[in-house]
Amino acid sequence: MSRALRFAPLIVLLLFVAAVVWRLAVPVDQKVPSRLIGKPLPAFALVAGVPGKPGLKSTDLALGQPRIVNLFASWCVPCAGEAPQLQALKQAGVPIDAIAIRDRSVDIQAFLTRYGDPFDRIGSDPESRVQLALGSAGVPESFVVDGRGVIRYQHIGPIEPDDVPRLIQEMERAQ
Amino acid sequence: MIAEAGLAALWLAAALTALQLALSLGIAGPVGREVRTIRGVSIAQAVMTLTAFGLLILLFLRSDMSVLLVAENSHSQKPWLYKFAGTWGNHEGSMLLWVSVLSVSGAALALLERRLSDQTLSASIGAQAALGLGFFAFLLFASNPFERLDSAPVDGRGLNPLLQDPGLAFHPPTLYLGYVGLSVAFSLAVAGLLRRDVGPDIARAMRPWVLGAWVLLTIGITAGSYWAYYELGWGGWWFWDPVENASLMPWLAATALLHSVNVLAARGGLRAWTMMLALVAFSMSMVGTFLVRSGILTSVHAFAVDPERGAFILALLAIYIGAALTLFALRVAHVKEGAPFEIVSREGGLVANNLLLSVILGVVFVGTLYPLIAEALTGDKLSVGPPYFNAVATPMALTMAALMMIAPQLRWRRDSAAILPRLLPGLLVALAALVISLWLAPQIGLIERSALAIGLGLVPASLLPLIGRSLRRTPLATWGMVIAHLGVALSIIGAASNSAFTVEVLHAAKPGEQVQVGPWLIEFRGVRPAVGPNYTAIEGELRATRGNGVSVLHPQSRYFTSPPTTTNEAGIETFWNGQLYLVLGEEGEGGKWQLRLWWKPFVTLIWLGGAFIALGGLLALLGRWWKGRSNRTDKTPKRRKGYR
Repeated sequence: MSRALRFAPLIVLLLFVAAVVWRLAVPVDQKVPSRLIGKPLPAFALVAGVPGKPGLKSTDLALGQPRIVNLFASWCVPCAGEAPQLQALKQAGVPIDAIAIRDRSVDIQAFLTRYGDPFDRIGSDPESRVQLALGSAGVPESFVVDGRGVIRYQHIGPIEPDDVPRLIQEMERAQ
Repeated sequence: MIAEAGLAALWLAAALTALQLALSLGIAGPVGREVRTIRGVSIAQAVMTLTAFGLLILLFLRSDMSVLLVAENSHSQKPWLYKFAGTWGNHEGSMLLWVSVLSVSGAALALLERRLSDQTLSASIGAQAALGLGFFAFLLFASNPFERLDSAPVDGRGLNPLLQDPGLAFHPPTLYLGYVGLSVAFSLAVAGLLRRDVGPDIARAMRPWVLGAWVLLTIGITAGSYWAYYELGWGGWWFWDPVENASLMPWLAATALLHSVNVLAARGGLRAWTMMLALVAFSMSMVGTFLVRSGILTSVHAFAVDPERGAFILALLAIYIGAALTLFALRVAHVKEGAPFEIVSREGGLVANNLLLSVILGVVFVGTLYPLIAEALTGDKLSVGPPYFNAVATPMALTMAALMMIAPQLRWRRDSAAILPRLLPGLLVALAALVISLWLAPQIGLIERSALAIGLGLVPASLLPLIGRSLRRTPLATWGMVIAHLGVALSIIGAASNSAFTVEVLHAAKPGEQVQVGPWLIEFRGVRPAVGPNYTAIEGELRATRGNGVSVLHPQSRYFTSPPTTTNEAGIETFWNGQLYLVLGEEGEGGKWQLRLWWKPFVTLIWLGGAFIALGGLLALLGRWWKGRSNRTDKTPKRRKGYR
């Protein structure tokens, strides 16, 4: 058996260990980014999620100002968890719209009464059609959309307190 | 108290393992005494490890919520079987199971092995102790299963409902027994290389361990495949998921090893290659365990992601496998090659089998790790899915199946054109299958068609070694080979048939609606609530008719509260020629329910084949054991006395 061949298994092992050490040092970003980042929103028009507040159309998101679109649901526990951060963003002057996923008007109303209502508009997406079109896999999820209706940033999962500055920064970049 | 006793037993076992290693390094006494002492120590060590494991089981059965591991993984309201199985349905418990098996195999090696020289035997027991020591360190310093909780919760967090299945009670331990059984082959190879004692004796000592481990791996993989098939409700039986590959890779290496160890035992050939495979097989067990336990690859199987522990196992893996492979590289030049043979011979066939299996192993290994390596090099995230594995591994597996029609007919050392008539039955059946399939099912793909032909041809070809000999005097090992090869044929036919002929229908149906699926007319009669021991469910009623035959199936969508999870329980009905597989989806608009309906002709042959393969291995193992016993009583009383 030639010398090189004898050491081949050892070399394979070293390559494996090197690759794995790299992975342990650079942990996986488990989030799947939407393919739509940098692309315009798909066209949609959602009816109002609660009475007395407008629904949400894709054209509402191309009015010159960057906005955050928050996908939430009253049945979603982490959505309740991120409510204070949405309030903080609202107080920082960030305009926020919402899409309620697979939800009912009374439940949405109860959720907003309990956890606060930072939203300018709420569209209802009872069958997740718009959610799927946005490339979103779950709730909660938030998109930063610039003034021309182009998605600039996607935040998957609940917004934690540490995420607020990042979102404000993304809003400024989207100006 | 129980938890503290368990921890004490674990420490004691670790100390005994260290003693075992020290003894084998030759610190104590003259050679004869050493082997006897080392044997005693390794048995005491195994007993201590089993005690620790037994105490952990007891803690789970008693739902002792003051123990962190129990509180995090169990629930007082759980059926007892799942409390029991919950012991190893988590990281710490499964590592303790791993160490227990390792210790018991070391003790069994010390107790049962009679062929090897004292030096080689103590070297292999020492190698086994060295392996154990690393895993004890891992348990004691990084994954203590007996850690207490400050304030005990009343109920506990429960167990992932997907894992609440009798399958869990038996699937992981079976695989682990297989993985760790290969550790003995590893230790024997290390000992052989260290002692420059690589020959038929090592192969004979290795063979029962390889066979046993391989049988368990086969059972584990087959059962795991069927479990995923009926429990996940996705209708597939193999996904090339990293966790599946983690068990397939050691199996492929063990299959190659099983064949080459026979060449070494019977003919003294393939020495270096057999040692290499013995090292690779257990390395693959460790790599598999590492991949699954560290969460380094994303998988549909949910396991704890923990980079720190991953680093610990990685260090163990690098040290053990690295040392063994270095030893191999340094010593292999001194390993004598055995008896020569020609290409057309039993040995030649087995070499071809080994090469093909190794290449498939390489393909699976590269495919499993490619996403990781690609991201390290280019930064791009990508996934290697079933299309890659199917495209590359399937043709090679079929080539191997075609080779299996020939190789078992060959004689040792050399053979000639005289074998051609012996190949005819298989070839004729394969050819007939090809023609008939072209005529009856012109639509199916090339791969499926070849797989059907080769699988069907392999049925008579597998049986040929039995022809012309007295069935009662045929050795059990030959029966084992015939049945295992027949199993491969059945599995190939099942997989090909499933891939070529499955009918799938997706339909949103109102109660009372009828849907045609293949030969079946299925009426959706509606849904009703159902209650289980720890879940609530919605249960559909579907009435399937074909001719006069009527079956009623009840697929469920189950909701577990602790932790909150929804699972799908497929409605499955088995017939002689296939399975109906019905899944109840969600309620959509207007009272319509999403239904996924499959008719899968001959799909059950996949697992029946797996069972045959395992049975074949078991028969071969029994045959060897039987032969070993009668040989020993015949002529080796001197050797046995020497050990006493």
